[in-house]
Amino acid sequence: MHTTQLVHLSTVDVIVVAFYFALVLAIGFYLKSRANTSEDFFMAGREMTAWVAGLSFLSANLGALELMGWAGSAYQYGILAAHWYWIGAIPAMLFLALVMMPFYYISKTHSVPGYLKLRFGEPSRVLSAVSFAFMTVLMSGVNMFAMAKVMQIVLGWDINFSIWVSSITVALYVALGGLRSAIFNEVLQFFLIWAGAMLIPILGLIETGGWSNLKILIAQRASAEYVHLWSGLGSFSTNPMGIHWTGIVFGLGAIISMGYWTTDFLVVQRVLTAKDLRSAEIAPIIGAGFKMMVPFIVILPGLLGLAVLPMKLTAESAVTAGGHSYNDVLPLMLARYCGPGLLGLGITALIAGFMSGMAGNVSAFTTVWTYDIYRALIKKNATDQHYVTMGRWTTVMGVLISIGTAYLVMQFASIMDYVQALFSFFIAPLFGTVILGMLWKRTTGPGGFWGLLCGTVCSVSLWTWVKIDPTALRYVALSPDAKGLAQDMYQATWSFLVCVVVTVLVSLMTKPKTDRELVGLVYGMTEIPAVGTLPLYKRPVFWAVIVGVIFVILNIIFW
Amino acid sequence: MHESGISIWFFIGISLLVNGVLIFGAGVWEWMHPPASQLVLFQLHAGVWWGAILALIGLLYCIKFAPASAR
Repeated sequence: MHTTQLVHLSTVDVIVVAFYFALVLAIGFYLKSRANTSEDFFMAGREMTAWVAGLSFLSANLGALELMGWAGSAYQYGILAAHWYWIGAIPAMLFLALVMMPFYYISKTHSVPGYLKLRFGEPSRVLSAVSFAFMTVLMSGVNMFAMAKVMQIVLGWDINFSIWVSSITVALYVALGGLRSAIFNEVLQFFLIWAGAMLIPILGLIETGGWSNLKILIAQRASAEYVHLWSGLGSFSTNPMGIHWTGIVFGLGAIISMGYWTTDFLVVQRVLTAKDLRSAEIAPIIGAGFKMMVPFIVILPGLLGLAVLPMKLTAESAVTAGGHSYNDVLPLMLARYCGPGLLGLGITALIAGFMSGMAGNVSAFTTVWTYDIYRALIKKNATDQHYVTMGRWTTVMGVLISIGTAYLVMQFASIMDYVQALFSFFIAPLFGTVILGMLWKRTTGPGGFWGLLCGTVCSVSLWTWVKIDPTALRYVALSPDAKGLAQDMYQATWSFLVCVVVTVLVSLMTKPKTDRELVGLVYGMTEIPAVGTLPLYKRPVFWAVIVGVIFVILNIIFW
Repeated sequence: MHESGISIWFFIGISLLVNGVLIFGAGVWEWMHPPASQLVLFQLHAGVWWGAILALIGLLYCIKFAPASAR
């Protein structure tokens, strides 16, 4: 239990934080005049450049909980945490850019459930839309509570103050400016995170005397295994995380990351707002390039904390009076190096991360509710203005439901674990359904629906089995040495396989779709514009190769 | 960005410029009035040079993406 706040803000710091709130509201008010049609409000006019779409695509994922949590994981597990930024993201983002984006973009869909409706029919859309809408607004509430808790621990702010001030700000700027406002603020957040957090690794490496010295210090304080990305993964028992390279490559790299980066509507929505196909393809590649650099401001501070912090951090459940948990490592490093102004900027970066995470969830919820549930099932032929108004009110409702969830989580903290688990149930099967739909003409509507449902049931069942009997993990992960994180990887792999097998079997037993029904939706039936006359440096595949090569080099350097 | 109006890059320029000036100012003040208990690496005066860098980048963005010159 924390008894004292971690940092104390000076007057300059408070001005920096207050200026951020004023700026995001100003952006929301300014953009209201450009959010009066549904295309503008829900899809930002579909005119974002590759850079804006790409940076907001990355920022939508780069929340403060993630920043603090992964810095904490780096302190706890060492450089292995970087896998979630490299193999756990880069191949999937490049795959989205080159393979899936053409189908998402050319189909002119507004959302992932929207694609499912075009490809598989209404039942698949409804299943995915309802689960997504429900999950995303719960996640928003969980993030809101987590933010308020962090602000209480780090700054000593009252929890209610944090919840209401941030919620009202988010509700205002998203209800006014729609998705464009959420995207602009995500790009702003991206710059603030780098401006606020980059000093920690720079000063930390100066203090430790460079990377080589840092490795020596870590070996003394923890273990030499903490600075190797792959060499300890030959067995579950030779690395701090208790995982195996097959889980990292197939579970994380091939399934979980593919499922998240290619079908999570929040991130995909940002790329769908691009102004043309080439921008839509380049945007995730730009995101991938910057994602590769994020370990510098997230993983490295965790490792530096392991080397230089005088106190030993522990798991949240083991914190004693005056002690600190792993998740405190980033604020502790901020407090170590950052004076007035700099500290305020670092805290602003965290707040910006939380708030744009909330805004992202709320804007995604608003789009899916209005287009995929309200317009599809409840009121089909209203005017464009009606849907925009529904969008603005749904934004406010979404924020209120999130606040309700935040207070619920305050009472029953374990809800957070359940919500995280719920989210993971859907992504691996959804990836199976979408990728089969895009690449195999023979997939039918019933095949898509039953595959998605069975894959999801498989996820839920495996999770419940391990919850009731933790020793069951040895069967799910196929090894008695597997630890907790291995569960996610193997659960995702099994549910993906079940989804694919069921989809294929049911499709083969049901009537195929006609060619006419598949135009623009599947490989072989979609005319993808040729890039013949474009110079090499303007082709998405050129930049994807560059990013891919750098990704491989990084994995070799930190082997 | 598209028609006349304020682009996101101009807003980012404003953010970096204002924050940069605040941090630079606070850094110079601390240099002239060092606190009794100092942070690690205080002698590097990170606020001064980091604030200056942010302000400079912000100023460049504001000039390049100023609404009057946006097409």
